[in-house]
Amino acid sequence: MKGNWFHQRSILPGFWPSLGVSMLYLSLVVLVPLSAIFLKSATVSWADFWAAISSPAALASYKLSFGASFGAALVNALFGFLVAWVLARYHFPGKRFVDALIDLPFALPTAVAGIALTSLYSENGWIGRRLVPLGIHVAFTPLGVLVALVFIGLPFVVRSVQPVLEDADLELEDAAASLGANRWQTFIKVIFPAVRPALLTGFAMAFARALGEYGSVVFISGNMPLRTQITPVLIVSRLMQFDYAGAAALAVVMLVASFALLLLINIAGSYSRRYMEAR
Amino acid sequence: MNGRAASKDPAVLQWALTLAALAFLAVFVVLPLINIFGQAFEKGWQTYVAALTDPDALSAIRLTLLATGTAVACNLAFGIAAAWAIAKFQFRGKNILITLIDLPFAVSPVIAGLIYVLIFGAQGWMGEWLDAHDIHIIFAVPGIVLATTFVTFPFVARELIPLMQSQGTEEEEAALSLGAGGWQVLWRVTIPNIKWSLLYGVVLCTARAMGEFGAVSVVSGHIRGLTNTMPLQVEVLYNEYNFTAAFAVASLLALLALASLTAKTLLEFQMRRAAAEQAVEGNPEA
Repeated sequence: MKGNWFHQRSILPGFWPSLGVSMLYLSLVVLVPLSAIFLKSATVSWADFWAAISSPAALASYKLSFGASFGAALVNALFGFLVAWVLARYHFPGKRFVDALIDLPFALPTAVAGIALTSLYSENGWIGRRLVPLGIHVAFTPLGVLVALVFIGLPFVVRSVQPVLEDADLELEDAAASLGANRWQTFIKVIFPAVRPALLTGFAMAFARALGEYGSVVFISGNMPLRTQITPVLIVSRLMQFDYAGAAALAVVMLVASFALLLLINIAGSYSRRYMEAR
Repeated sequence: MNGRAASKDPAVLQWALTLAALAFLAVFVVLPLINIFGQAFEKGWQTYVAALTDPDALSAIRLTLLATGTAVACNLAFGIAAAWAIAKFQFRGKNILITLIDLPFAVSPVIAGLIYVLIFGAQGWMGEWLDAHDIHIIFAVPGIVLATTFVTFPFVARELIPLMQSQGTEEEEAALSLGAGGWQVLWRVTIPNIKWSLLYGVVLCTARAMGEFGAVSVVSGHIRGLTNTMPLQVEVLYNEYNFTAAFAVASLLALLALASLTAKTLLEFQMRRAAAEQAVEGNPEA
């Protein structure tokens, strides 16, 4: 069917109204408000902008935010893979229940997770009580930030790796074994390469989510400037001081980082789709 | 070889890996969950009930319901409209539009709150105008609704778009050729075909909207009894060292989270069944 340069004609009604409503709503709720961050940052001089994003507090917050997010994503990649493997390959009682529980960090409000983890790891909490005598302090230290970020990032790796493991062709593994490969060689040379793109996607998604996380971290970190203050908390503290331009400048750094990650995830996603189709 | 498939791991390894995975989940997921209820009931039922029937807690529950209801309704209407345009028609820039819809997921909740402060706040673009007309958005209910809507923006749309794309336009075209009107096609053909995914999107959207903290915290101003949602009420009580009350409100949110997990699991089951039925209808020989 013919149409104009923009869209192909169709006998179905409602193209312009549905697209118009969608674009208007998208612009009003998301695009125009988001552009405010960049426009606000553009109102200050380059020197002020640079000072805002390179202050010692800002640099310390990037170090903690990126470091803890990266560490948490690594822990999630390792244990998320393990959990996905167990759920996809083995049978045990209560498996469906465990499977449903994986999504709890998505469903549980972050503030609730935050206070639950803080009380668990504080000096007289169920876990903290046992760790503090060993000299391991979790609550109000960078380690606490890591624990909170592991909690909220857990579902990403499991949910991206699990379907790939479930769909994997077991005959390939049997063929590898019949050609003399032991189980470990089969894992490294046959199973892992097939799962790698999904694992990377899950890792990047957990990392991206951890970077922006606020609610679960704000309680357990203690928010000490230069020590346990993540970048989103620093943005809030700039806002409380009515330093709107400073808050917007930090937000620009965060947004650029998350958009870059999103781009990476999309590239990895299209790569893994091609890989799956090529098989 | 004792005849078992080589792709099966030895029983010892299976046991060891399963135990390791369950131990990890027990420490990182189950313990925090149990801890919430343990702390909430530490001082008994009466304190628990008293914490939940406190006027500030009740007003927080009301505000959460209002913000969640509005955000879900708006994003549901948007999701259907966007999915209709994207899945049923061919036009330029479609992939850009899909990416833009997902954008709010890439934005930190704190930044989601910040953007509305920059526009509607006292020092914001519209601050003076709003003040002159006595309209309050930041530190008031409209800001909370807006921030909640932003963070839950993609949920319904991103469930519907791939499903409606895979369903194509044949059934709608058949209904039209039989004389149905546009709205009739939507209500009688399209919506019944997507009902489970629609519900699924609504469940995810609701769970996130009820629990949103970062974005709402930035725009709310934490005025007790007025602009505190349930998660903010949890924070306020916790920071006042009123731990039992904080965990009581938190336990209510945790129950809602568990309910949404249950609904999600049941819906996934329904969606798999609907997809299987569709596959059978699609090629009758299979």
